[in-house]
Amino acid sequence: MKPFVLAELMAWIRAHGAWRFAIRGLRRRGYSGRTLVTAVPFLWLLLFFLVPFLIVFKISVSGMQMAMPPYEPLVTWASAQVMELKINLANYAFLWEDALYRNAYLNSIVTAGISTILCLLIGYPMAYGIARSKPSSRNLLLLLVMLPFWTSFLLRVYAWIGILKNNGVINNFLMWLGVIDEPIVMLQTDFAVYLGIVYSYLPFMVLPLYIAIEKLDLSLLEAAADLGCRPVKAFFRITVPLTMGGIIAGCMLVFIPAVGEFVIPALLGGPDTLMIGRVLWEEFFNNRDWPVASAVAIAMLLLLVIPIMVLQRFQGRQLGAQR
Amino acid sequence: MKRRRPFFVRSMMIAGFLFLYIPILSLIIFSFNESRLVTVWAGFSTKWYGELFRNEQVLGAAWLSFKIAAMNATGATILGTLAGLALARFGRFRGRPLLTGMATAPLVMPEVITGLSLLLLFVAMEQAFGWPEGRGITTITIAHITFSMAYVTVVIQSRLATLDGSLEEAAMDLGARPAKVFFLITLPIILPAILAGWLLAFTLSWDDLVITSFVTGPGASTLPVVIFSKVRLGVSPDINALATILVLIVAIGIAIAGLYMRRQQKLRELDIQRAVAADD
Repeated sequence: MKPFVLAELMAWIRAHGAWRFAIRGLRRRGYSGRTLVTAVPFLWLLLFFLVPFLIVFKISVSGMQMAMPPYEPLVTWASAQVMELKINLANYAFLWEDALYRNAYLNSIVTAGISTILCLLIGYPMAYGIARSKPSSRNLLLLLVMLPFWTSFLLRVYAWIGILKNNGVINNFLMWLGVIDEPIVMLQTDFAVYLGIVYSYLPFMVLPLYIAIEKLDLSLLEAAADLGCRPVKAFFRITVPLTMGGIIAGCMLVFIPAVGEFVIPALLGGPDTLMIGRVLWEEFFNNRDWPVASAVAIAMLLLLVIPIMVLQRFQGRQLGAQR
Repeated sequence: MKRRRPFFVRSMMIAGFLFLYIPILSLIIFSFNESRLVTVWAGFSTKWYGELFRNEQVLGAAWLSFKIAAMNATGATILGTLAGLALARFGRFRGRPLLTGMATAPLVMPEVITGLSLLLLFVAMEQAFGWPEGRGITTITIAHITFSMAYVTVVIQSRLATLDGSLEEAAMDLGARPAKVFFLITLPIILPAILAGWLLAFTLSWDDLVITSFVTGPGASTLPVVIFSKVRLGVSPDINALATILVLIVAIGIAIAGLYMRRQQKLRELDIQRAVAADD
């Protein structure tokens, strides 16, 4: 539909009072304001979130061609009556056979996994400490956790370049102390990527953990102590199981976006730091191969479906528990 | 019994906060460095700020980002509030599981996937309907609304979940129509959450690089796109200056919000005290 057709249609609707008529008709059929409230975000998400995935899938099974847009149509009319459907699985076969992609997937999962565990190890004590501090200072501490999240992600990753590089803050400091003579290479390593992910996603870990720990009934720990349980044992037998919901939610909130991360490996990783988000980016922007980029995206999505479903279950439970 | 925080927890917490803030501090400190070599201190200078304000490209990009972020935040807040309201208040309805899934999945969806899928949608739509013509501000705004409304939805939904519905029910019992109940009762109560959602959506859009890179067109370079292309060439002090300004704005904004919330809390306590005193 061309824009001017749309404008004419709108003018017609307005002129004939069709708007009111439609609302009355909907009401008579049992639709109410509720339907409208639900329908607006529903249709938006349907059009701009769900339909795009179908298009990505469609393009991932079409061949590449040198044109704009650079993919072949799936359905062509061989003649007036004969429709030709061409499904091309070569892109997926290509992903499967090429070691580059397999390594990139594997490396993304390993990197995201290690970073998630590190994030949990740093985030849990922080969340615990905040939840057990005085109620008056709790909000301030939470605010301090959230503050970096409100400042630019890109600039926070950029800050680490200045700290980690060969003539950066850490190396300069250590050389000034005389601990080392040669700079330690930290930038463009896997270590830098882990660090970047942990740093950027830490607030996402701390918040759900805080919510879970804050709800914990302290009398259970007292009972355990009264019965002679040592604090460390009580922590693992009581606190950890009871805050499992927060742990899983936090881990998924870090793991899922970290798998597809592009900015951090691009800025902090080396040229051989293969992560799937970066591969997709390069496939799209440098090679301009839209079908392969789409296949990479679909394969990544399949990988993340299970973690996303786990997260949604736990988030729903957490929201449900608050009521 | 008040449990004392063990030494271990305390020191881990302090270390965690240092970890969060040292990089930001180093950004700020080196923005005042005389030398072009960002990490070697060569004396105090504010010349990089001057250079930044003479950089037309950065200023133009910042203005463009601001416009997009404001439009995005408004759109995302409206859609997110509607979705949050539906999910928190309407109980079971047809399509609820799908709406829940679609409203929360963008929170964790890797940005490269969202960006690619939206771009392919825009290209397909242009082929089919002739709209949107090319890519630029419109497509960036639509893309940003789509992913940031999820955050607003969660904020509104959790606010409504903690709010018990008795006030709304009372108004309904007294004969107010649903729309009236919403505008007279629900909206004023959740206004702080709506404001927080707006600011969150604004920040997300202002900050987004990956999705923007996919759906942008010629001539529409937002601030993160410009920063990224500069950062790829190496560190440069004017970016530190830019970062310092942005951090300062956020810190001031949060301080104001914090003070405002505190004042509101005090006023509320005062009201309660007055009400109790009047009862006696």
